[in-house]
Amino acid sequence: MTTTTSTTATATASPVSATPSTRSAPAGRRRRTPIGRVLLYAVLIALAVVYIYPFLINIATSFKTDAEATADPLSLIPTTWTAQAYETVFFNSAFPRWFANSAVVTIVVTLGRVLFDSAAGYALARLRFPGRGVIFAGIIGVMAVPGVVLLIPKFLVLNQLGMYDAYSGLIIPLVADAAGVFIMKNFFESIPVAVEEAARIDGASTLRLFWSVVLPMARPALVTIFILSFQGSWNELSHFIVASQNPDLFTLTKGVASLASGQLGAGTQYPVRLAAAVVMTVPVAVLFVVFQRRITNSASGAVKE
Amino acid sequence: MTSATVRTGGRRPHGAGIRRGQTAAGLLFTAPAVILLVVFLVVPILMALWVSVSDWGGRGSPFSAGVDFVGLKNYAAITSGGGLAESDFGTSLRNNLWYVLLVVPLQTVLALALASLVNTRILRGRGFFRTAFYFPSVTSSVAITVLWFFLFNPSGAVNALLGLIGIKGPNWPADADGVLHDLLGLVGVQSPPAFLANGGFLGITWWDWLAGPSVGMLIIISLAVFTTSGTFMLLFIAALQNLSQEVEEAAMVDGASAWQRFRLVTLPQLRPTLFTVLTLGLIGTWQVFDQVYTGSKGDPGKTTLTPAYLSYQAGFINQQWGQAAAIAFVLFAIIVVLTLFQRWVLRERGVSKRRMRRNGFTPGDDGRYRTADRTLTAAAIAGGVADRRGGGGDL
Repeated sequence: MTTTTSTTATATASPVSATPSTRSAPAGRRRRTPIGRVLLYAVLIALAVVYIYPFLINIATSFKTDAEATADPLSLIPTTWTAQAYETVFFNSAFPRWFANSAVVTIVVTLGRVLFDSAAGYALARLRFPGRGVIFAGIIGVMAVPGVVLLIPKFLVLNQLGMYDAYSGLIIPLVADAAGVFIMKNFFESIPVAVEEAARIDGASTLRLFWSVVLPMARPALVTIFILSFQGSWNELSHFIVASQNPDLFTLTKGVASLASGQLGAGTQYPVRLAAAVVMTVPVAVLFVVFQRRITNSASGAVKE
Repeated sequence: MTSATVRTGGRRPHGAGIRRGQTAAGLLFTAPAVILLVVFLVVPILMALWVSVSDWGGRGSPFSAGVDFVGLKNYAAITSGGGLAESDFGTSLRNNLWYVLLVVPLQTVLALALASLVNTRILRGRGFFRTAFYFPSVTSSVAITVLWFFLFNPSGAVNALLGLIGIKGPNWPADADGVLHDLLGLVGVQSPPAFLANGGFLGITWWDWLAGPSVGMLIIISLAVFTTSGTFMLLFIAALQNLSQEVEEAAMVDGASAWQRFRLVTLPQLRPTLFTVLTLGLIGTWQVFDQVYTGSKGDPGKTTLTPAYLSYQAGFINQQWGQAAAIAFVLFAIIVVLTLFQRWVLRERGVSKRRMRRNGFTPGDDGRYRTADRTLTAAAIAGGVADRRGGGGDL
């Protein structure tokens, strides 16, 4: 233990540039002991259980009866299996309508963002035009505006424009996406211009160049925007709260939130709520599985992959 | 690789014709995004600014003739005067402050711990663990709030677990007692000393400011930590993978223990990412809304009321639009200050980036710039993802 104590002194003196100086004892190798490995895996597995078990409870409870849901909240295997909750969700509630609304909104918003973000990002990265600097500064500025601050303001504008309680009001404001423009601009700045220059010399117009040369090259970044937009608009709640009150325009998030606050009538009906939660999670779970590598790597700069 | 071409990108002397083409195309390409952002971000803010200083009652247009300018009356109502509006606003700030104080350190430490564990050099099932820890971050805040309030209902899984070790759990969603008050109660302090009970700020006594988060709020706090730790774990993993192995190995040769290497070698190098995560957390935690709307509606006893939810409630439920807008602007001010603080802390990168550009360096040339760039992009992504979770925010 004397060796480690003196190391502390060395390392404290210059933590970053700690160099192999006088030390020769391979004390550090000791941590490769089997006990250390076992401990590491034990901790990781315990944590994984904590992170996964709630979702297993969610699925299990959706197949339980109301009584069993609270009588035995920890068990993962229902004593009496029932699909009653799913029948209620699919055939006895407005859930299918909410699902359809969410699907429409998500698809249109995602397509709109992919197109507009890449166009604006490309222009800001490559084209020279008056106002470019101002526009980019503005986009950086509005990126800082937090969504929840816009609750009241958005309602005011939608109301003024006659878009309150309409699909246009649910969809169009969500297409605005400063962060996406920023990501696309960064991406375009990171890829070589050679191909575009060549096409330009060949006489292609900017629009044509963008459509048939630039966009195909931008696929990795477009996938990133796709993932973020899909997940973002499928899971969006606050915008839908302020954009509509007509039950026909409820999306999944707003509808399920209304279930949660007791619009089911009598009883707690946990299985029904949890079944709804399961079904609404399926699309993002599928997205997650399909793009898993990209999503969990996105933070390490996969935009440029 | 790309350096030679990128350096001159967009900067070469163009012919006049090409430039004219670029002006039209540039404006055309940016127009949709710019128009949308102006109409649904800039205009709403200006309109709300007007409503916050008007007596608009929710009917008709706020610009119609009957609506009058009332100065700072709405702001005064929520910050002074001793009314319900003031004490509600004070309560919401109190609640959110405790929420921030608990969520930000917890999610940061947990995310860093998860990242360090998952980043261990030789590890079987790395992908599985990373997926398990990150999955809560992609699910919808509504679905997970529904689940969380089921787990914490009086006869739910959490109390069943506590029962296994012989503890009778509280009625979580209905318990408005402050955790610190409860702890003080355990050591015999039942009522406040006079100096805490008499004075106060924003309509609530110092004693109530010091109540701590309520038992009910603990549900939302644990939910936020659960859902954001995965997102921030990814940021830490990215940073850990960018660290040079040499320093770590040198420390290992020096005989430093694993904990010493982490504390003295790894942690100092992670400082920029740590700042990013902390400030994103600070900004995001002031925006809790979905969880309150879905799960608690401000109950029990207003102890989960947050400024964001209070603003919604004041407008859409109580029709106090002026006050609702005023609350939104105070919240906005808090978040802007935190954002400016973040950009100030991370400013060095901006400078070095510009300097590198001026010196003819390009993204591809310099590993350091690329790293900073990646961190920014990653933060933007994480911000987007964490935005709705009440744990992390926009960049």
